[in-house]
Amino acid sequence: MQILGLYNYWIFIVLMMCGFYVVISRGNLVKKLVGLNIFQTSVFILYISMGKIAGGTAPILTGMATIYSNPVPHVLILTAIVVGIATTALGLALVVRIHEAYGTIEEDEIHAQSEDEAL
Amino acid sequence: MQQYSVPRLITKLLLPLILLFALYVQFHGDFGPGGGFQAGVIFAAGFVLYALVYGLDNARRIMPPWLLRVGVSLGVLIYAGVGVAGMLLGGAFLDYGVLDSHDPVHGQHLGILLVELGVGITVASVMISIFYAFAGRGR
Amino acid sequence: MTEHLPVLQVVVPLIAAPLCALLRPGRAVWLLAMVTCALCLLIAALLLDRVLAQGVISYAMGGWPAPWGIEYRVDAANAYMLLIVAAIGAVVMAFARTVVEQRIRLPASKQPWFYATYLLCLTGLLGMIVTGDAFNVFVFLEISSLSSYVLISIGRDRRALTAAYQYLIMGTIGATFILIGIGFLYVMTGTLNMADLAARLPAVADTRTVRAAFAFLTIGISLKLALFPLHLWLPNAYAYAPSAVTAFLAATATKVAIYVLLRFFFTIFGAQFSFGTMRLDAILLPLALAGIFSASVVAIFQTNVKRMLAYSSVAQIGYMILGISLVSVTGLTAAISHLFNHALMKGTLFMALGCVSFRIGAVSLDRMAGVGRIMPWTMGAFVIGGLSLIGVPMTAGFVSKWYLILGALERGWWPVALLVLFTSLLAVVYIWRVVETAYFQPAPEGRATTGEAPLALLVPTWTLALANLYFGLDTSLNAGVARRAAEALLGVGP
Repeated sequence: MQILGLYNYWIFIVLMMCGFYVVISRGNLVKKLVGLNIFQTSVFILYISMGKIAGGTAPILTGMATIYSNPVPHVLILTAIVVGIATTALGLALVVRIHEAYGTIEEDEIHAQSEDEAL
Repeated sequence: MQQYSVPRLITKLLLPLILLFALYVQFHGDFGPGGGFQAGVIFAAGFVLYALVYGLDNARRIMPPWLLRVGVSLGVLIYAGVGVAGMLLGGAFLDYGVLDSHDPVHGQHLGILLVELGVGITVASVMISIFYAFAGRGR
Repeated sequence: MTEHLPVLQVVVPLIAAPLCALLRPGRAVWLLAMVTCALCLLIAALLLDRVLAQGVISYAMGGWPAPWGIEYRVDAANAYMLLIVAAIGAVVMAFARTVVEQRIRLPASKQPWFYATYLLCLTGLLGMIVTGDAFNVFVFLEISSLSSYVLISIGRDRRALTAAYQYLIMGTIGATFILIGIGFLYVMTGTLNMADLAARLPAVADTRTVRAAFAFLTIGISLKLALFPLHLWLPNAYAYAPSAVTAFLAATATKVAIYVLLRFFFTIFGAQFSFGTMRLDAILLPLALAGIFSASVVAIFQTNVKRMLAYSSVAQIGYMILGISLVSVTGLTAAISHLFNHALMKGTLFMALGCVSFRIGAVSLDRMAGVGRIMPWTMGAFVIGGLSLIGVPMTAGFVSKWYLILGALERGWWPVALLVLFTSLLAVVYIWRVVETAYFQPAPEGRATTGEAPLALLVPTWTLALANLYFGLDTSLNAGVARRAAEALLGVGP
């Protein structure tokens, strides 16, 4: 039961591997970014899981509750989410520019064109 | 979108609520969940909705790119400015306690309010800028 | 204000970046950026001076004392690194104006953004060095990485775009690995402050979580510092970025990643855990040697000189990792001193290439034929940088090679020492190919003879070239302070 009890960590691992696999295996630049995004998102779950305390409420001082979740991982991950957005936006912007320059967003076709240039 | 009256009407109804909610999240961030990041994104989302329904040109008239350029920089400057103000008043960088000479708690309220305002302005400006940059491409 | 120096180091460029973006395009933007970079250099010099005189400086952000708040902590190692990065940042900024105005395909209205991005990149790099908080390292790492992707993508060649994209993917994977590693450390210790982590880790060191954290951090940082075989993003990124950007990134970005590696392995995990329990040196040593050897050989066969130097950078990173894997004060001194010397030599070489491409429009070997006669000053600087890269006595490069060989012999690893000598000969081969082409081959048909590069480019280039010679003779900074930094990291000595 202990293994099932840690299910959010399993989700983290599965998501992380899915995202990582997509980044490595796909040749389409947008799909790569999607994979990268899933990969980053999985880490958010890791951090949020570690901040959770069983029975804890949101860490707002109301005087009613005594057990709070740890707010620090949430703050950290808020920063990481912003970083993730910036990365995705920048990545997509690059893909737009690459599409304008090469006329394709398939990695092998871009590679073929670059090879021709080098020769 | 000119001929679809339902989305236009609903957008008109929802838009003030979305923007108001963004401001609520922004300024209630001291006491409840919320803050500059979330508020900025909600504000930008409302604006993006407007741009989707009423067109990019109308959106650009309301929120011109030069204003966004100022917004992006201004937010960071407010944030850093609060930090430097703390430093000039004898505290450490970003020490809010010294902002009010009578009560450190007041100073902390003021400090976090200003910092989150800076964050909100920058986040909203950046999100709308990103939207403009992508939507304005290849037209 | 002197007690605020650690935070000013980061805040000054952070404030200047949005101001640059607000200003109208023109000379004023560059002037603001240049003054900012000069201020950063001044702050870094003052910090180093204070640290050497008084010992560790600690600064509590927002008045929150460590370990609750974010602490900026400056000791000999990071003061030394701050000086390197700030110095290169200032020299390259002086170089960048002419390049940005005339060479980069950027409309005048967008030029302020170049300076803003450059300053943000500098902010990130300085922040990574100065902070004493593990998560803060990640934040600043991403600030510098995101801005460096942008800087690379504005190269003239369209391949700069794909290079930036590739770097973005690899860099983000690396940064996310670092994030996971830091998360695992936080789970086990409940703290993010580096000094606090170091105090709490030994109690839980023998757990799978900490070992996993160690593995994630190793891979993540190795990706960022382009350790062989994780260096695949580097050659293209350096080859197609604008020359000013290449000079800046090649001299700083990977160096700062190596500093982060040192900080995590020596300060946080401790040398005993990293190299005694986890046997990291057994992995780093062969990778470093393989990297030095293969990258040097690949460099010999490049026709694009910028790409050649990029591969040479991978090899030079190998030397630094080799020094680290010796796990001795001498080895570490070699590595840290090479951070400094390599920044000088690669800065000189890439800026000289920037001068060449400014006049000729290309840096391929066949186009560079006979360039030494048209541009004697530029190629003179290139030769000095090249000699330093090879490690000829009286140049800065010799100092670090000397300590590296000493360190290897200290451990009794004479084959390693021999390999270092042998791979220096490989450097002779690829530098000689450029020198031979530039001085002894006739100029190709149809190339306009335009003469020497403008002074605005030559002065910064020669500043670094002369620094290569100066620090080859006066080693009090690049070897003396490096030794103190090494002792601080290993926790021995004063």
